[in-house]
Amino acid sequence: MPHVGLTHFLVISSILFSLGLYAVIVRKNAILVLMGIELMLNSANINFVAFAHFGNLGLDGQMMALFVIVLAAAEAAIALAIVLNIYKTFLHINVDEVDKLKE
Amino acid sequence: MPTDSIMLTEFGKILIFMILSVVFVAIGLFAAKLIRPSRPTKEKSTIYECGEETVGSPYVKFNIRFYVVALIFIIFDVEVVLLFPWALAYKNFGVPGFLVGISFLIILVLGMAYEWRKGDLEWDRPRPNIPNLINDKAGFDK
Amino acid sequence: MELYDIIFYFFAAMILVSGFVVVGSKNIVYSAYSLLFVLVGIAAFYILLGADFLGVVQLMVYVGGILILLLFGIMLTNKVKGVEIKSDSNFVIPSLITIAVFTAFLLFVITETNWLEITPEFVQTTVKSLGIELIQNYSLVFEILAVVLLIALIGAATLARNDNKEN
Repeated sequence: MPHVGLTHFLVISSILFSLGLYAVIVRKNAILVLMGIELMLNSANINFVAFAHFGNLGLDGQMMALFVIVLAAAEAAIALAIVLNIYKTFLHINVDEVDKLKE
Repeated sequence: MPTDSIMLTEFGKILIFMILSVVFVAIGLFAAKLIRPSRPTKEKSTIYECGEETVGSPYVKFNIRFYVVALIFIIFDVEVVLLFPWALAYKNFGVPGFLVGISFLIILVLGMAYEWRKGDLEWDRPRPNIPNLINDKAGFDK
Repeated sequence: MELYDIIFYFFAAMILVSGFVVVGSKNIVYSAYSLLFVLVGIAAFYILLGADFLGVVQLMVYVGGILILLLFGIMLTNKVKGVEIKSDSNFVIPSLITIAVFTAFLLFVITETNWLEITPEFVQTTVKSLGIELIQNYSLVFEILAVVLLIALIGAATLARNDNKEN
């Protein structure tokens, strides 16, 4: 078994990205879709940090990952507020049945 | 080939300790589960003396106020996270480095002031109906 | 097989197994709890990659913040008495095929590329150097992040408060 290197981290992150994509496409519940988005953001973050580490590229990759985490927090806050309003209007949060902009 | 077997930072060693502690507890619990006898009776599986019988489902709907508090929490959590590296490094840059962080703080304090002004930080408690003891006492004496 | 590799495979297995549970579970609460293990595993990955501050940030922001927010979202959007906690899927077969092809392509590219890999240097701790980088090269981004957080705070609080007032 080879020594753990860049490829191993990239493989894990790509599988994680595919899982997140699956959740975004397939699942109906809006909160599960959000979880899928978080998985995809995290896999991108693993890539940033792995390239920064194995390429000796300095700290720019880590800075990017830090900014992604901060933006993910803001995104989750806003998205959940929207989901709560959807729940209040439709009494469910199935994203494929939310097709009216106005009642 | 790197011969140092642990290519980890100081924090990585702490990580190893954390894993070991989790594994240690897991092994202990699992071994105990294998060894100990398990003969539950109806008496044994009732709720222990001072416990209450549970009522209803644990999946209750929360009050939405909790969400607003959690929201404020997460924004300021992120703020603290960003201030850590700044606080360690601003001395190297003199006044400009200090101003960078202070203006960051001022912008976020604006949000805090907004929340405060709009009353999102208020938590109106339900007022319990306290019986008026003085009047009741008058009735009790009779 | 060194200690580093053992830790890597342990956390990789943890991330993948709980990732599949997140995506596949019928019960949303199980998904949220599995997401906890995915996020902790990713924090361990950051530490393995020499980014100790990012690992801590991952624990603080994701595990301590976003996951709790998601759990609040689950608890707030389910009927009080119903069994609405379950969740369905649609378009399973076509999207599975598409995603399998996509993943296979991605893995092919990753494994076939001859990545330029340098034996990494481990620095002691990255917090201070991250701070220097933040003030030196990314100070504008730092301020813009403050504005973004302010907007997120005000916007989300407004959305949530409207809901609150009408109840």
